[in-house]
Amino acid sequence: MPVIDKTTFDELKQMSGEDFINELIDTFLEDAPKMIGEIKSAFASNSVETFRRAAHSMKSNAATFGANQLAALAKELEMLGKENKLHEAGDRLEALDEAYASVRDELTGLKS
Amino acid sequence: MKSSHEPGQMLVVDDNRVNRLLLTRALEQNGHEVSNAENGKIGLEMLRAKPYDVLLLDIDMPEMNGFEVLEALLQDDELRYLPVIMTSASDELDRVVKCIEMGAEDYLVKPLNPVLLRARVNASLEKKRLRDEQRKLFRTFATPQVAEQLLRDGFSLGGKYVTASIMFADIRSFTSLSEKREPAEIIELLNDYFALMFDAITANNGMVNQMQGDGFMAIFGAPVHDENHREQAVHAALEMAELLKAFNEQRATQNKGVVRIGIGIASGNVIAGYTGTQHRATYTCVGDTVNLAARIESHTKIAGKPILIDEFTREGLRGSIQTEDLGDVIFKGKQQAIRVFSVKI
Repeated sequence: MPVIDKTTFDELKQMSGEDFINELIDTFLEDAPKMIGEIKSAFASNSVETFRRAAHSMKSNAATFGANQLAALAKELEMLGKENKLHEAGDRLEALDEAYASVRDELTGLKS
Repeated sequence: MKSSHEPGQMLVVDDNRVNRLLLTRALEQNGHEVSNAENGKIGLEMLRAKPYDVLLLDIDMPEMNGFEVLEALLQDDELRYLPVIMTSASDELDRVVKCIEMGAEDYLVKPLNPVLLRARVNASLEKKRLRDEQRKLFRTFATPQVAEQLLRDGFSLGGKYVTASIMFADIRSFTSLSEKREPAEIIELLNDYFALMFDAITANNGMVNQMQGDGFMAIFGAPVHDENHREQAVHAALEMAELLKAFNEQRATQNKGVVRIGIGIASGNVIAGYTGTQHRATYTCVGDTVNLAARIESHTKIAGKPILIDEFTREGLRGSIQTEDLGDVIFKGKQQAIRVFSVKI
């Protein structure tokens, strides 16, 4: 699975316009670390609702850019939040860091 | 690709910055003017401050979520008909269904598809335009209450029993008054007169539903039920008398003839509903109470009192309204005598 799905990304670029895609990427790269931070601190304090909502936002944004692997991982976390099973999230949080790092590098390269 | 439709005023409400930016941008690309809000609470404040054509609403938000916004819109007479497009993830369609049941117009799945976005926004804009026109049309031939009820509950002909107060009012000395005047002056007089009388009626929750010549009929307590309908009808009559007094004083200074009126009020069960066709209908009441109100109004000529009411209306009055018992009257076509009261001005 590619880090960023090309078809989705090209459609996004077409819809938003060449000049706007950079702004959109920058916004995501600014907000995503905050979301991950929120997911982690909510995990630590067992704040189920905050955890679920932050994972939901991450899923939504990742899917927008075609970062399907990151989106799938965020969706798993969202589900754990929904089902009140945060204790099962442990190793997925590390995987989230890794998945995001690849997405960040790839998106930075895609900026025009 | 630019949209061929008229641009509209859009409001995007989403707590996620990327979603908000993207949706705003995509709508702007289609020629619309777009504002945005980061949660439902702020969004609702913006909707109440300025008119929008379409609302694009996220479900999952802090402060006030999409469901709560829809709930608030439903309670708001001004915002109830605003088309709302839900924007949601593809895996939460069960929640979208709930939103549609709550009155949302349509939905869009994130990530956004630009073709669907354009199509659904244009469809909602079209609905908004038609609704606005329909509303305007309703308001020209129906009162605001009836227009709102028609829009809210849908249009259905058919009636039901309601307890209400019926008022008939007529200009007493209009014929002799009109003989000496120019037609344009008479129409102007009537228009001024009706404007004053209708103000008094709507101020007391009444609704004028029939006009004929210089007379009219008004309903209190329907279509929107109000248990104080009897008192409201009498209050309206008293206000009409007061307004007319001021109106006459003004006419006297211009050397114009004064207007005298008779008002009859009866309360009880009536059959109320919309009569007419799908294209032209009025909310009306029929039944004994309506006939009685008309007869009581005619009786003002004989009694020489401007405001007459029946016994059941009088029983609904509290406080400062004073009445005088005029005793039993036998009306044409009625078997039983009716006890009539005069309201003191």
